[in-house]
Amino acid sequence: MFSRAYRVAITVPPLAWVTVFLLVPYLLMFCYSFWSVSESQAIVHSWNFSNYRELATKTVYWETLLRSMWIAARVTLFSLLLGYPLAYFLSFRAARRKDLYYQLVITPLWVSYLVRAYAWKTILGTDGVLNTLLQYAHLTRHPLDFLLYSPFAVVLTLTHIYTPFTLLPIYASLEHIPRNLIEASNDLGASPAQTFWRVIFPLSIPGVLAGATFAFVLSLGDFLAPLLLGGPSGIMISNIVVSLFGAAYNWPLGAAISFCMLLIVVGLLFFSERVEKKWSFS
Amino acid sequence: MELLVSGSVPVVQKSRWLTVHALAVFAFLYLPIAVLIIYSFNGQGVGGFPPRNLTLNWYRILFQDGPIWDSVLNSLTVAVSAMAIALAFGIPAALALDRAEFPGKALFRRLVLLPLILPGIITGLSLLMLFREVNVKLSLVTIILGHGTALISVATTEVFAGLQKLNRAQEEASLDLGANYWQTFWRITVPNLKLSIIGAALLIFTLSMDEIAVSFFLIGRDNTLPLEIWGRLRRGITPEINAISTIIFVFSLAAIVLWYRLRVGGQGTSQVGAELTENTIAGCDSRV
Repeated sequence: MFSRAYRVAITVPPLAWVTVFLLVPYLLMFCYSFWSVSESQAIVHSWNFSNYRELATKTVYWETLLRSMWIAARVTLFSLLLGYPLAYFLSFRAARRKDLYYQLVITPLWVSYLVRAYAWKTILGTDGVLNTLLQYAHLTRHPLDFLLYSPFAVVLTLTHIYTPFTLLPIYASLEHIPRNLIEASNDLGASPAQTFWRVIFPLSIPGVLAGATFAFVLSLGDFLAPLLLGGPSGIMISNIVVSLFGAAYNWPLGAAISFCMLLIVVGLLFFSERVEKKWSFS
Repeated sequence: MELLVSGSVPVVQKSRWLTVHALAVFAFLYLPIAVLIIYSFNGQGVGGFPPRNLTLNWYRILFQDGPIWDSVLNSLTVAVSAMAIALAFGIPAALALDRAEFPGKALFRRLVLLPLILPGIITGLSLLMLFREVNVKLSLVTIILGHGTALISVATTEVFAGLQKLNRAQEEASLDLGANYWQTFWRITVPNLKLSIIGAALLIFTLSMDEIAVSFFLIGRDNTLPLEIWGRLRRGITPEINAISTIIFVFSLAAIVLWYRLRVGGQGTSQVGAELTENTIAGCDSRV
C-alpha cells in the first residue's frame, strides 16, 4: 500500500538523526575508553586497554560499583514492595475511582526530580523537619544524624522517586489480565490466595520485570541524589564518572566506566526481555 | 462477577490491608511535596517544626530574582525546541517502525528507545564527547539537541501505540481517491493520531523542563531552571526554591487537568504513562 518514496521519506530522516546523535556518540564513548590523557591534559588517540586494566585492578571502582548495585537493588526491592500492592489495589479494588487514584500515582512524577530529592533533604537534615518534629514531641533529645548524608537517605529518596515508575508497568500488566480467568479460577474453587499466586501473579511477571528494570537501571546510574543526600558513604559509580569528566580530568577512564555501565544496562534489558517473552500471555 | 462473592470474607480482609497499604504509599509519595509547599510559606525558612510566621516573603524575593526567571525562560526555550525536534523525528520513526522494512530495523528500534531507559549520564556524556570531537561550543543549542534526541523515544512510543489502533482503510481510501502521500499524511494520518501526538508533546515538554542529567554535561553559560536550582542547592537550602517549586507544581497540576480533559473528551483512558513504560520495555514491537 505504501510506495517506496513514502517509505524512504519516513525512514531516512529519523535514521540519519539517530545515527548521528545516538549511535555515533555511543560508539565514540567506546573509542574514548581505549584512549588516554597525556601529561599536558590532551586526549591521546592511541589504542590500548590500560583504562580497562585500571578498572579491573583498582578496588575502589569495584567497591563503588558493587555498592551502587546494592543501593539500586534495595531501591528496586522497596519500589516493588510499595508499588505492587498499590498497583493491585488500583486494578482490582479501586473500581470507579481507578482513574483518580491513577492520577494520584503519577502526579508526583510531575514534581521535579531534583526538587523532590531536595525536599527529602529538608526533611532529613539535622535541623530538618523530622528531627525538629521528634524533638518537639520529646521523642528524641538530640538530632538523629544518620538520617541525612548516608546510603539510607539515598535509598529512601530513590525509592520515593522510582516507586511510581515501578508501579506503572505492573499496573498495565494487571489491567491486561482477562477478568474471566480470575472468575474461572474462583469458580473452580481456588481460594483468593491461590488465585493470586497461580493466576494473577504469574501473568503480572512481565510488568514486574519491566518495573524492576526501570528502578534498578535508573537508580544505578543516578549521581544527583548521592551528591545531594549521600555524603561520603553514599557515593555511587556515576559520581566517580562525573569527577573523572570534571576536576579529575580523565575522560577516557570515565568513558570506560560509562561503557561498562552501558553494557550492564543493555545486558539487563536483554535478560528481562527474554524472561518476559517466556512469561507473557498469548 | 457474583461468583467472586463466594470468597467474600477473605477478600474483604485482604482489601482492608490493601487499603491501608495504599494510603501509606500515597502518604509517602506526597509527604515531601506537602513539606515543600508548607515551608514555602514559613517565615523561619526551611526546616524547624512546627512551621511558624506564615509569610509570602519568599515569593516576593523570588519574583525579584533575575537569574531564576532567566533560567525559566531558557528552560521554556529548550523544552519547546526539544519538543519540535522530538516530534519531527519521532513521528516518522514511529511510522517507519510500523510500515517500512529496512536493514537494521531491529537495531534502530532499540537505539531510538534506549535513552528512555538508559541513565541520563551515559547519553549526556556520549553527546558531550561528540560535541568535543567536532568542536561545537556548549550552549543552550547543545542542550536542545540532547533533549530533542533523547526524547524522540517518547514521541515514537506514544505515536507507535496510536498507530496500532489506527485503521489504515481511511489512508488507503485517501490514496485511492487521488490524494498524494503528503496530503494523506496531513489530512488523515495526523488528525487520527492527534491524541497521541498531543500526549507525546505534553510529556516531552514536562520531561525536558525537568531534565537535569543530560543537561548537566551539555550546559554552556546559560542555565536551565533545574541547573539553576542545582547550583543554589549546592550552596545551601533556600526557601526560594520551595516557592518556585510550588509554583511549578501548581502549573503541572493545571497541565494534568488540561490533559485529562483532552483525553476524556477523546476516546480512551488517561493512562498514557502506563503505555509508555510498557512500550519502552517491549520496544515498539508490533507483535506485543
